[in-house]
Amino acid sequence: MDFLVAYGIPLAIIVAQSLALIVAILLVTAYVLLADRKIWAAVQLRRGPNVVGAFGLLQSFADLLKFVFKEIVIPAGANKGVFLLAPLVTVTLALAGWAVIPLDAKMVISDINVGILYIFAISSLSVYGVIMAGWASNSKYPFLSALRAAAQMVSYEVSIGFVIVCVLLTAGTLNLSQIVESQRTVWYIIPHLPMAAIFFISALAETNRPPFDLVEAESELVAGFMVEYSSTSYMMFMLGEYVAILLMCAMTTILFLGGWLPPFDIAPFNWIPGVVWFLIKVFAVFFLFAMVKAFVPRYRYDQLMRLGWKVFLPFSLFWVVLTSGVLVGFDLLPNN
Amino acid sequence: MIATAIAFYLFAAITVAAGFMVIAARNPVHSVLFLILAFFNAAALFVLLGAEFLALILVIVYVGAVAVLFLFVVMMLDVDFAELRQGFLQYLPVGALVGIILLIELVLVFGSWVIAPEAAGIAAAPAPAITEVHNTRALGQIVYTQYVYLFQAAGMILLIAMIGAIVLTLRHKPNVKRQVIRNQVGRKREDAIEMKKVEPGQGL
Repeated sequence: MDFLVAYGIPLAIIVAQSLALIVAILLVTAYVLLADRKIWAAVQLRRGPNVVGAFGLLQSFADLLKFVFKEIVIPAGANKGVFLLAPLVTVTLALAGWAVIPLDAKMVISDINVGILYIFAISSLSVYGVIMAGWASNSKYPFLSALRAAAQMVSYEVSIGFVIVCVLLTAGTLNLSQIVESQRTVWYIIPHLPMAAIFFISALAETNRPPFDLVEAESELVAGFMVEYSSTSYMMFMLGEYVAILLMCAMTTILFLGGWLPPFDIAPFNWIPGVVWFLIKVFAVFFLFAMVKAFVPRYRYDQLMRLGWKVFLPFSLFWVVLTSGVLVGFDLLPNN
Repeated sequence: MIATAIAFYLFAAITVAAGFMVIAARNPVHSVLFLILAFFNAAALFVLLGAEFLALILVIVYVGAVAVLFLFVVMMLDVDFAELRQGFLQYLPVGALVGIILLIELVLVFGSWVIAPEAAGIAAAPAPAITEVHNTRALGQIVYTQYVYLFQAAGMILLIAMIGAIVLTLRHKPNVKRQVIRNQVGRKREDAIEMKKVEPGQGL
């Protein structure tokens, strides 16, 4: 009985919180997907989805039903277990990252000490979904795509790591809530503007968004690692991709745009609850993601690698040295 | 702490089972995937110890980078499974011999292991409680303050190893077309486009 009280009730609370968060994320993802298509359409002077529901607002749900009711086709030569595991890995990892994201002060499922490392670890694992899918499909295009994905995602993680180090040095903590709190005086996008740009571009590469969608470049690889996937398994890849994109938007918000903090801590701004500010910032970053997709042409693969290793890596390394030098030289080190 | 004990046995059992499957799985890609599972559960064991920094570094470095490259290489191997299964009995005596020698050596090493007399004193020295000092900070103090020269030396050795690997594998073949970024970026409109006025019916 004591055991049930000691562990059962906290467990039930955690499960309820996680479910609520997952449902909220999936709903937001449905509309973010629609927004992505609408923005893309608007740039190309089209209307985008506008048939299902008013202004096409129910389009994502119609797509969901369509995917779920189709048949899953598994190729004869596929490695069945790994083939079915890959979409699950993608979705699970994308959703798992949200466990440590603070939506507002105290509004976080798990406020762990090393939250930022956790996010970094989760995002570095997302490459497995792609590699496993590409290998298990036992087909040429998916395999080429998997090889590209492995190289691309590992390369851009390195510069993301150094960007995170810069923010950590300035904030003096690895806890995401404390990183946000330390931006009360100034958002880190102001002192770390080049790093914010590098983080944004690396996030595009890390989530395989255009212009770095070499992994699923339709003119070269049809649909890359997703060629052999159909119905629900394909939908899970799409879902995982968009949830990962939202996670990256949330990370940009937390690291550089002050998370849930209002832009100015004065009367009209601090009446609005923090979670609203957080969502506004996340959607603003997502708008940038969507605009980049709409009007930047795709990179060539060697240029992608050059950008990651020869431009971003040396520059972010230099910025780490500069940041630590300035912090030590002007005695600005956060002493907590 | 029943929950901790249950969690420990769960993670430990999965680690051992996954470790066994690494050598038992026929398909090398499955072996690497089981290796990743083993890494993951080892990281979970670190979390149970209260060493969350080490746990996440294990995941980032081993699962996020090393295992990806490992998988990358193994995926590209063209493995013939029928051939792999052949000759198991033929190689068994040699394999068993190597295994037994290694086992004997390990037993000899651990049998003659003596704990240094100072070690007890170091262990008894007052260490700050795990709740007072974050293990990130504690590790930082040990690696970057206390043993900074050794750490730098290790870094130097790794750098030299990296440069060595690059030097050994870097070959500039002649007759291979390469992208010269400088020329590509430096290209101007005048170099690429020539405007001609074409009279009707005459052509160029």
